[in-house]
Amino acid sequence: MNWVMLIILCVSGPAWAGEARPLTDDPVAEARLKHLAVELRCLVCQNQTLADSSAPLAEDLRREVREMIAKNMSDQEIIEFLVSRYGDFVLYRPPLKATTTLLWVGPFALMAIGATALVITLRRRSRTVVEVSVTDEEHRRVEQLLAEGEKRS
Amino acid sequence: MNRFLLPLSIFVVVVGFLGIGLTLNPREIPSPLVGKAVPDFSQPQLYDREKVLSPADLKGKVWLLNFWASWCNGCKTEHPVLMELAKSGEVPIYGMDYKDQQDEAMTWLRRWGNPYPIVGVDEAGRVGINFGVYGVPETYVIDKQGVIRYKQIGPLTPDTVAKKIIPLVKQLESE
Repeated sequence: MNWVMLIILCVSGPAWAGEARPLTDDPVAEARLKHLAVELRCLVCQNQTLADSSAPLAEDLRREVREMIAKNMSDQEIIEFLVSRYGDFVLYRPPLKATTTLLWVGPFALMAIGATALVITLRRRSRTVVEVSVTDEEHRRVEQLLAEGEKRS
Repeated sequence: MNRFLLPLSIFVVVVGFLGIGLTLNPREIPSPLVGKAVPDFSQPQLYDREKVLSPADLKGKVWLLNFWASWCNGCKTEHPVLMELAKSGEVPIYGMDYKDQQDEAMTWLRRWGNPYPIVGVDEAGRVGINFGVYGVPETYVIDKQGVIRYKQIGPLTPDTVAKKIIPLVKQLESE
């Protein structure tokens, strides 16, 4: 079984290697494209970045980005170009604005609610444990029992 | 009984949110182009490569722009709806053949019928990118001033045509 797995792994290696082929001849432009493409979402396979996806649309968008890089457009301008067409959804880090408040604040709000609930529960529990004073008579009895126990062991 | 009340209510709220989540379609991404001027293009026509299809020529009328392709399954589903809408004469539907082979597109239209007065060709998908197309079919409703007023992602259904497209077109016609 292990052998089979090993063979599968070895054979499938070159298949992944195919995806990493250089996208432009210019290494600087390629680095910029990579840096931008990991921040952008492929709209067809929505949980992949533009860099990972092999969907035809992702290929087209990489071509557009490459051309914009060649035209010396700034990262900001390239991102604006895509956002004006596809909306904030293309960004893996959507900007903080009215429609995305819940997205950004939500997790912290949930954590705050959880922490408050925890504190309240702990406080309440400590109040329910009532301290009962032990009388001298009970003390003596405990010591006597402990001593007996020791003798037996 | 009381101590189950809080976890139960939290559970109900979570289930409520998940339930709403199930009814949403993650494929439907709100388009930033609705309310904006239609992106300009000038594409060769499928049946006459010498002539072009351009939004500038359609100013002053309400029209639909439908991105489709012969390789697209959703387009086949949508096609009878487009034929019906074209036959009703409510609004002209212009086609944009998206990333397709010209001969296959023509075969497709010959086989299933052609609802479009003019079909433009977008071989490289550049017009598609300017329109924010990320899957065909997509349909845009464009008003007399050349402003995009509605975007349909995915196939048009008889229901969306009757409830959204036709009322919107009527309203835009009277503007």
